[in-house]
Order: sequence, then C-alpha cells, then structure tokens
Amino acid sequence: MNFVDFCESLPNEFLGLKVQLMCNSTPKLLGGVPLTIELVLISLLIGFLLALGLALMRISKNRFLNVISRSYVFYFRGTPLLVQIFLIYYGLAQFDFIKESFVWPFFREAYWCGILALTLNTAAYTAEIIRGGLQSVPYGQIESARAIGMSGILLYRRIILPIAFRQALPAYGNEMILMVKGTSLVSTITLMEITGIARYIIAKYWTPVEIFLVAGVIYLVINFLVTQIIKYAEIRFTPYLEHAKKTR
Amino acid sequence: MNKALEINHLKKSFGDLEVLKDISLNAEKGDVICIIGSSGSGKSTLLRCINLLDIPDSGEVWVNGELIKMSKNKAGNYYPQDQDQVDRIRTKLAMVFQSFNLWSHMTVIQNVVEAPIHVQKIDKNKANKLGLELLAKVGITEKADQFPSSLSGGQQQRVAIARALAIEPDILLFDEPTSSLDPELVGEVLRVMQSLAEEGRTMIVVTHEMGFAKGVASKVIFLHNGHIEEQGTPDELFNAPKSERLKRFLESNLAI
Repeated sequence: MNFVDFCESLPNEFLGLKVQLMCNSTPKLLGGVPLTIELVLISLLIGFLLALGLALMRISKNRFLNVISRSYVFYFRGTPLLVQIFLIYYGLAQFDFIKESFVWPFFREAYWCGILALTLNTAAYTAEIIRGGLQSVPYGQIESARAIGMSGILLYRRIILPIAFRQALPAYGNEMILMVKGTSLVSTITLMEITGIARYIIAKYWTPVEIFLVAGVIYLVINFLVTQIIKYAEIRFTPYLEHAKKTR
Repeated sequence: MNKALEINHLKKSFGDLEVLKDISLNAEKGDVICIIGSSGSGKSTLLRCINLLDIPDSGEVWVNGELIKMSKNKAGNYYPQDQDQVDRIRTKLAMVFQSFNLWSHMTVIQNVVEAPIHVQKIDKNKANKLGLELLAKVGITEKADQFPSSLSGGQQQRVAIARALAIEPDILLFDEPTSSLDPELVGEVLRVMQSLAEEGRTMIVVTHEMGFAKGVASKVIFLHNGHIEEQGTPDELFNAPKSERLKRFLESNLAI
C-alpha cells in the first residue's frame, strides 16, 4: 500500500478535522524539514563562534571590548527576532553602500537574510550562556593549572573552555531548541521551511488547524531528537555530574 | 652549589593589611621546611608568593639559582616580567592545594598526565606509563579511569600529589594539604608525604599537623603576623621554644 492509498483509507473527517487532508499534506510539510535543519545548523554554528568571541570580550578587562559585547547582547536580546528579521530583510536594501558592496548578492536573498538574523540573534543568547559557563569555572581549578605551568591560550584550551562548555551544556540545549522554533519566523520573508509551506497550504485550502497541527507535530519530533542529542552530549561529556547520571 | 630556593625580603599587602613583612628564607636541596603558625599569620600567602599565584609587592624569589624577573608597572605594582619564565619555573615548583583542585572534567589519569603532555610536551605513551607509576606510588591505581568527584578527599589529594610529581618538580609546595580532610583520611596523605620526604625531595609544607612537622621536617618556621617569629630544627622549636608566642601556639595546638 503506498502513502496516497493509505491516506485514502482514512476517514475523511474525524472530530471535525479533515484527516485525509492532514495525511496528504504531511509529505509536503516534511519537504520543509531540510531547510529548517539547514537554517538551524548554519546559524548555530556561526552564532556559536561569534558568541565565543563576544563572551571572551565580555569577561575581558578591556573596557572598549566589554562595552561592545554588552551593547550587542543588549540589542539582540532586547528586540524580537521577528523585528530583527524584518529589519535585515527590508532594511539592508536602504543602504547604497551595501547594495554596491560584495555582500549584496547574498543579502539580496531572503535565505541569507534569514541566516544572518538567526545567527546574530542566537549569538547574543549563546554569548551569555558561555559567559555564565566561563564564570562558573571553579577558581581553584584554574589556579592548579596555572601553578603547574599553564597560561594564556593553553590554559583556556585545556582547562577553562572545556569546563565552561560542560557547565553551559544544559543551557545551550535550551538555546538549540529555541532556534529550531525560531526558524519558523523566517517564513515571513518568503522562506519555504516547515512553517512557510504550512502557510502556503493553508492559503490554498483554508484549513489552519489541520495544517498547523501537523506542522506542530513535526517540530515536536525534531525537538525530541534535539533533546536526545543534548542528553547524549551530557552523558558523554559530563558523566560525573548527577543530572547526567540520572538521565542515563 | 645553588640553593633550591632562596627568598629575600618578601613583602605583600592586601589593601591596608600587611600580610608578609620582609620575609627571607632558604631551602637547600632535600630540605623539608614546615611553615606553622595560626591562621592569618601569612603562611599560605608566603607559599603562594613563591610560585606567584600571589604577586609579592617587593622582594626576590630565586629557584635553583634563577631569579624570577619582576618589573614595576606605572602604578608601582610588581608584576612578572616574563610569563614564559614564570611558566617554566612553575613546572619546577609543583603545588598541592588544600582543596585538591583536580580538574573535574578529566579522569584521574588524565589529570596526572595533563601537564607532562601539554606543558612539557612529553610523548603520550611515556607520560601515561609515568602517570600509572605515580598512581601506584600514591596507592590509587585502581581509580585511574574514574572522575575526581567519585573519589574521597584523601584519594583526591593523593591524586593531586601524583599530578604534582608528574612534572618532575625540584620543589614541592604543600598548602595545608590535610586541612580539608576528614580526620580518618589525614593519615593516608601524610604517609605519602612522608615517603616523599624520605626520598630526599625538597618540600615546603604549610601545615597544622604538628606531628608531621615534628617527625619529618628538617627545618620548622613559625610565622606570626607576617614575620618569622622563630625558626630552627623541629627539636629546637617543639622542645625548647624561645618566644612566648610560639609557646602559646604550641600549647593550644598540641593540647588537641
């Protein structure tokens, strides 16, 4: 039995919901999953690197770097992601120097505007998560590393950052889940990820409840997988912590 | 022959509080120097000024005949001139802390081989072999692949001692190594320290364990309010204390 026959075999309506339509729409909505995942992965990756820099600037003694990092986090955490997406998508074209520069071929496209907005947004939150991790590294463990001849980059690479990342893992898992959901907002600038496709189908059949229900379930499944990844990471990297032992 | 450690006119204040007032002290190779004194006397600060975990305000520290180069910045504060020199000298001055300070994200053996591999760039296999030997020496081989958090305080401190030995230091600095241990765990750590002293290692030990100072030290220093009130052999200090303060200190400490 193929999928179309399977959908036909379902009742047309159940509890007032158009079940066959929900079934038929599922493959179309699943078609948006690769784009959703792509947006999440690229923006998380670049955002993380940006956040690492911002967090180091934030804890540095240099007042100038400190203020830059603080202001960045203040603006990107203090304004809605949707507003940021609109400002980048509609706003960048206002500036001639951007339209004439080499970045224009990128930011002419909704895809890159979406990536940029998501990246800048997650960087702000992740910077704070990493800062929290860095500041919760027990001072004694840094001291014992210094006392044995470590300093500078080596001290960061071997002791401070590995401990900080482990401390930050649960909070970062939260951020990953928020990002999966955050991608739904780029549907407003024409990107056909899961929510974009959902809105397209709804515009055609006017069945918002049915389609958003399916879309919601798809997000739920993705985030279930993300949760599993985070859980695995916690067991893998912090097997000595109580909460990792309990979730095992 | 150079002295293992030479400290000249060390001074250190925290704000208005003068913690070290012109301390000078020497250690020959093989010396076990115990620093005793009530809390707040500056014992730990003195030890921490030797490897520059605390930066002294003035004075000199010589390790194996090498002066740790210090400069003054515009504000008049002392700071180490050459971080590479500090790092290099620190590998000759291993430190064991009161609260162990093992790296929580590494297993026991990883803790021990970390500095040999990444600071001293010793071959991994060689370092691991050395690490296991050292764990055997402190009697903790079977815990090699566990994380520090699953070990008792005494076990963690013995791992910390193995970690300190792994860089093959010339001098071992102990900062109240048994002060945060349960009484029944103190013995296992002291026994390891005693065996190190018997090997002829140079050790500077800040301690409240009068029995250890009495039995193991080659020289005892009694610190009071940031200066050396009295120093000498354990026999001289414990059996014939000259100063009133030391007498009172010993009375209150040995009575327990």
